[in-house]
Amino acid sequence: MSGNNEEKTSGLHLLLVWGLVGIPLIWGLIQTIGKAMKIFA
Amino acid sequence: MFGFLARERTVAGPGFNRWMVPPAALCIHLCIGQAYALSVFNLPMTKLIGITESAPEDWLLTQLGWIFSLAIVFLGLSAALFGRWVEEGGPRRAMFAAALCWSGGFLVAALGMQLHNIWFVYFGYGVLGGIGLGLGYISPVSTLIKWFPDRPGMATGMAIMGFGGGAFIASPLSVSLLHMFSSSTHIGVAETFVCLGLIYLVFMMVGAAIVRVPAEDWKPAGWQPSAQPKKLMTSANVHVNEAWKTPQFWCIWIVLCMNVTAGIGVLGQASAMSQEMFGVTAAVAGGIVGFMSLSNMLGRFFWASLSDLIGRKNTYFCFFILGIGLYSLVPHTGSLGSVGLFVICTAVIMTMYGGGFATVPAYLKDMFGTKYVGAIHGRLLTAWAVAGVLGPVLVNYIRQYQIDSGIPKAQAYNTTMYIMAGLLVVGLIANSLIKAVDSRHHLAE
Repeated sequence: MSGNNEEKTSGLHLLLVWGLVGIPLIWGLIQTIGKAMKIFA
Repeated sequence: MFGFLARERTVAGPGFNRWMVPPAALCIHLCIGQAYALSVFNLPMTKLIGITESAPEDWLLTQLGWIFSLAIVFLGLSAALFGRWVEEGGPRRAMFAAALCWSGGFLVAALGMQLHNIWFVYFGYGVLGGIGLGLGYISPVSTLIKWFPDRPGMATGMAIMGFGGGAFIASPLSVSLLHMFSSSTHIGVAETFVCLGLIYLVFMMVGAAIVRVPAEDWKPAGWQPSAQPKKLMTSANVHVNEAWKTPQFWCIWIVLCMNVTAGIGVLGQASAMSQEMFGVTAAVAGGIVGFMSLSNMLGRFFWASLSDLIGRKNTYFCFFILGIGLYSLVPHTGSLGSVGLFVICTAVIMTMYGGGFATVPAYLKDMFGTKYVGAIHGRLLTAWAVAGVLGPVLVNYIRQYQIDSGIPKAQAYNTTMYIMAGLLVVGLIANSLIKAVDSRHHLAE
């Protein structure tokens, strides 16, 4: 990539990359919250 | 052959959206954050031969403890040694190298488990993986600061939050993989390590592929640097070799070291503390640790973002003043028998532990400029390596000394907590001594 070339970022690109990191993170968060809920068990 | 890794090949063209860069950083940090979940493998690794219970030839927990310690020491060393290489070569080359080291470390460690040779595991996860940790940790920092000059704390906080969040993914994923590969005659730790290594390789390579650096003259649309210079925010740059000759570098080093030592002291002992102070079950103690990990992760984003509004120095003042009060309060939660108060205290402490990591890159940027911030940050991480040894040693030895002196287990942490509060006083003093860097250290531009 060069700084002179147009490199338009589409909404789909953004959605894909955020989904790539967001989905595993949310899955992990749900698992951890489930574990943390044992405080109230 | 590796031309695509060069910094000039990663310069973003017009129209590139800067919000593509935080996910690239998260691809790295979410993977290397697995280090916080390594303890999932502790028990299975003590039963590789005995399977149902440890055999005499099996590894001991004390031997396994060195794996994590080695990884943290090599994190600090590699970040300090290769910081300038990372800064000059750009984020893609560093992320690529981090991916090879980190995933390669898993594969070598897996071989060590297959051969039942702990030296392979020490070298694989501890040395090679530790280098991957160090390179990966610092690789996106200066890039994010350059993309978000208007909100540098928030940007680096987001990435470093990923390091805290990596364990959330790695922990349940590792348990599932272990379950899948284990049988009545075999514990599938080696196979789990191979799987994790390959997953992390792919993920980190994606991060390396999508990362971009801004063009030299780029700035966010509509954003103008503040016309009124702020006292603790320089527009000049300090060379990495010059930065560590300044008192400011060492004051921030002490600030980070004290904050991390105190935090590790609580984090590493939380499970045992809650069981011994309140008599809760191991499952509830696990829940408390899970809650603390959540606080650690969220604190990284919250405090780093807040530092953009109130300033870095004030943010650390909050950590130290609030921290001194909370650490001193923890022993009283034991005498009151209040688990709820204990959880609240430790959760807030954990937000500040994580917040300390996440806010420090922006603090360095304010003091030393953006040009060498990644390399300076790398050298500063030696404070983490020191704290990684100091924190657990302090807590373990003081606790043991207390018990040997006849103090009940439930009260054995009281002195430790007061000592941790004392460490925060040292941090508070170091923070209050931080002034703007003298102009004689600035680069001539």
